[in-house]
Amino acid sequence: MHIPDGYLSPQTYAPMFVVAAAFWAIAVRKIKTELSHRHVPYLAMAAAFSFLIQMFNIPIPGGTTGHAVGGAIIAILLGPWAAVLAISIVLIIQAIVFGDGGITAIGANCFNMAVVMPFVSYWVFRFTRGSSREGKRVIMSAFLAGYTGLFMASISTAIQFGIQPLIAHDAQGTPLYAPYPLEIAIPVMAIEHLLLFGIIEGIVTALILKYFMKNEMDLIHAFSEVKA
Amino acid sequence: MTAFQKKLWAGLVVMGLLSPLGVFLPYYFGAEDAWGEWSAEKLREMIGYVPAGLEKLAYLWKAPIADYNPGGEGASIWIQALWYIFSGMFGVIIAGCVAYMLARVVRRNER
Repeated sequence: MHIPDGYLSPQTYAPMFVVAAAFWAIAVRKIKTELSHRHVPYLAMAAAFSFLIQMFNIPIPGGTTGHAVGGAIIAILLGPWAAVLAISIVLIIQAIVFGDGGITAIGANCFNMAVVMPFVSYWVFRFTRGSSREGKRVIMSAFLAGYTGLFMASISTAIQFGIQPLIAHDAQGTPLYAPYPLEIAIPVMAIEHLLLFGIIEGIVTALILKYFMKNEMDLIHAFSEVKA
Repeated sequence: MTAFQKKLWAGLVVMGLLSPLGVFLPYYFGAEDAWGEWSAEKLREMIGYVPAGLEKLAYLWKAPIADYNPGGEGASIWIQALWYIFSGMFGVIIAGCVAYMLARVVRRNER
């Protein structure tokens, strides 16, 4: 899901930087007031965790690979705004140091994996768990949060890939950047994330939440807010 | 650091040591790049040309530790696995430190 350099046209990647930067600015203000002193070391662990989980490339036999991001569990534990920052830090380091994701695509990649994913996951978790604080329903909600969050991030990525042939082609209609249209990009990304990578993200989210519920229940951000 | 936090850090170290699974599994199952993350050369094989704009941007940045594999594509899978662990440790330390410092700085301004 890390878009490399060259796949997005400037008219896509430039606005994505603006959008991502807006979220970074709000996130910094939010954690100023919302992140408690106790959570500071956990933000570091969240970044470390997201970096590591993304190293576990999962193969589709004979096909492509993918990986979990950790965005859902970080959003549930520390809140979506803390997740925006933790995952963005990881994505920026991956791009600059390891060439994983393009420099020009940092805004887009951060939007997909560090904004879309944690917010979708967080909302899905809050919505599906209702007022439950324990039991099967919470664990199922966590799974669903991870599954849906990663899926929506992949769709957002697929849209950015897929619109390129429409908005950036030469006089003959030959694509200048990512060559595959929406009709290909969306089904491919959707299917691989629905059938495999999303399930892994869901399981990881559920297992880690279970562990935190057993050990540090009062740390969990998604349980700390009064239900609206 | 609380006992719980120590356990979590230990878990992260274990993850780091297991990370070469992310190299071995795709290798044994014959799985290649993630969709949409092909190199320009690979793309030429797939569609017969390299899109003009893509070619200009693709080599914009030369990452110091490209693909978590400073040993290069030709290195044996075991060497690649070792480099993968070191790259992972390096990346985790930078990511963790940056996140920690950011959280500290932001929180300090508040006081």
